Amino acid sequence: MSAVTHAQDGYLESFARFEEGAGGSGQEWLRSIRRSAMARFSELGFPTTHEEDWRFTNVAPIAETSFRLAEDGHVSPTVRELERFGFSDLAGIRLVFVNGRYEPGLSRLQPLPEGVKVGSLVHELTTDPGTLEQHLGRYADYQHDAFCALNTAFMEDGAFVHIPRRTVLSEPISLLYVSAPTADPAITHPRNLIVAGEESQATIVEDYVSLSGDVHFSNVVTEVVVGENSVVRHYRIERESAQAFHVSTLRVQQGRSSDVASHSLLLGGALVRNNVHPVLAGDGGDCLINGLFMGTGEQHLDNYMKVEHVGPHCNSRQFYNGILDGRSRGVFHGRIIVHKDAQKTNAKQTNRNLLLSNEAQIDTKPQLEIHADDVKCTHGATIGQIDEDAIFYLRSRGIAGASARIMLLSAFARESLGRVNNESIRKHLEGLVRQWLPPGRRLEETQ
Amino acid sequence: MLAIRNLHVKVGDREILKGVDLEVNAEEVCAIMGPNGSGKSTLAHVLAGRETYEVTAGDVIYEGKNLLGLYPEVRACEGVFLAFQYPVEIPGVGNAYLLKAALNAIRKYRGLEELDAMDFLPLVKEKLKLLDMDEEFLSRAVNEGFSGGEKKRNEILQLAVLEPRLAILDETDSGLDIDALKVVAAGVNALRSPERAIIVVTHYQRLLNYIVPDSVHVLVDGRIVRSGGRELALELEDKGYAGVEAETQLSVATPS
Repeated sequence: MSAVTHAQDGYLESFARFEEGAGGSGQEWLRSIRRSAMARFSELGFPTTHEEDWRFTNVAPIAETSFRLAEDGHVSPTVRELERFGFSDLAGIRLVFVNGRYEPGLSRLQPLPEGVKVGSLVHELTTDPGTLEQHLGRYADYQHDAFCALNTAFMEDGAFVHIPRRTVLSEPISLLYVSAPTADPAITHPRNLIVAGEESQATIVEDYVSLSGDVHFSNVVTEVVVGENSVVRHYRIERESAQAFHVSTLRVQQGRSSDVASHSLLLGGALVRNNVHPVLAGDGGDCLINGLFMGTGEQHLDNYMKVEHVGPHCNSRQFYNGILDGRSRGVFHGRIIVHKDAQKTNAKQTNRNLLLSNEAQIDTKPQLEIHADDVKCTHGATIGQIDEDAIFYLRSRGIAGASARIMLLSAFARESLGRVNNESIRKHLEGLVRQWLPPGRRLEETQ
Repeated sequence: MLAIRNLHVKVGDREILKGVDLEVNAEEVCAIMGPNGSGKSTLAHVLAGRETYEVTAGDVIYEGKNLLGLYPEVRACEGVFLAFQYPVEIPGVGNAYLLKAALNAIRKYRGLEELDAMDFLPLVKEKLKLLDMDEEFLSRAVNEGFSGGEKKRNEILQLAVLEPRLAILDETDSGLDIDALKVVAAGVNALRSPERAIIVVTHYQRLLNYIVPDSVHVLVDGRIVRSGGRELALELEDKGYAGVEAETQLSVATPS
């Protein structure tokens, strides 16, 4: 306990130093949000497994570690060092953040339609904070979520994307977060704000990687504001080192008739918490929440979904597939809240899991809170093993046992990746999944 | 081509095959008939290499090789094919993909060049025609959501594409309507050849009206109790398994 208290004091001290020099500290609204978030974090402290939302995930390893705010990028990697991550598979704009700081030298900017802004949050905070004041910190709940409070207190850099009304971006915007080695365990608080105006369209890819096997902690918050009739596709790829801690919150505010898809692929990290929290605020919104988590070794991968139906006539569909090997542990907590005016809600939730070893474990929990009377909500979860009948069937056709296993695993993974409409992103994700599967096997498209 | 000698097989503590002897030659169509639980499907699966069955005694020699020592995939590459009674549904794996992967695994084993999509597609389309199957089958997941008849046809499609030397059909006729049965039988008949043996495992005589066997063996309680030509199947139709079994016991009890 004392280690935790000590670490918590550490955050307070670190905040006092941070606050003075932080970007945008001259602005009262920002100062006030940061301060109230810090105060809130002090009150909340890190959650424990006694709290329902954290029942299956013990964050003591995070609470007990003394992290330091990552210093500004004096160990910046080269473009070459980043090549192995295959970032160049995707066309379009690429913003690179090293230890939480925007690195223009590694980024790839391209001409954009008029009025579109894609850049670093801290730059925007210091030059044109108007849109930020309207949205930043207004959606992600730092009153109840300690990690979100901590991020909000220390928010400074990350991506800011603004798509004006009726603007369609055909290529994805890639946001890459690179953890470079540091002397002490480093903490970063990437903060992203995506604002999609009415009838606009955009695709955002957040990708988290580590350059080394160091212990570090990425504490991420992304707020996405989706205007009326807009279409937003959001991807989160977690492939940090086996020593990394990663807690991220995706908070989506959906306007009338908006269409959002959130895709998560969790492959890396020691302890990962993936919060996805869309609020279908307007009428007739549609939200697809799709995820694939693949754990091995001692990994702990926790997916916490909170889908809020506020407006009527909205659809939400959650599909999460887990593949767990070794002694890894997975969590799927699917909460659906249907508020009282959200009539004609259609909410669906499916979680399917494959356990590849006797020691792997999954906790899956649906949680429906329905306050309207004319709604359709369904949920289902399955936990199974590799189908040995199917393995024998494939082997009896001449396919070697190891290949047969991979064929079945990739089919299971592809059930999830198949929901990704963007072909180049899907191929990128399939490539990452392929690397996760046992090496040295030939694995083509099996569809 | 295939010689089974004194084959004993257990599942758990239960002995299912209690000394089976059988010889099958190239060009032969050999029917194995028997009532439920007689061990027909066990025999078929043991030949394909199912590891849940334990062979406690006996040998199986295929093309001069000890078949029981080979992995299922090696048996397939050596030319053994089992058409399953209950084909397995494999969501997410495309039918065309499986066919091509299987064919190429076998070709590779035999030192042949692997086929690319350009060579593979015309081949598989020709086989589809043989079985009166729509091309749409190729893009579906293996057996997923297929009707009983579609699954059986799909097995014969695989058989036709992989062109094994020893084909074992495990109750391929069960659950088929007469039209589907005719199509499946025509598909199998088209594959009869001097280099190939076909073992037809069936519960019903009906199939044998369409796939006319050279030899018929009756398996009861883990042993082959009668062997004969095509007429034995007709006799079975007439007297039923119980009748044939009773006669057999009689002949065992009072050796002439």
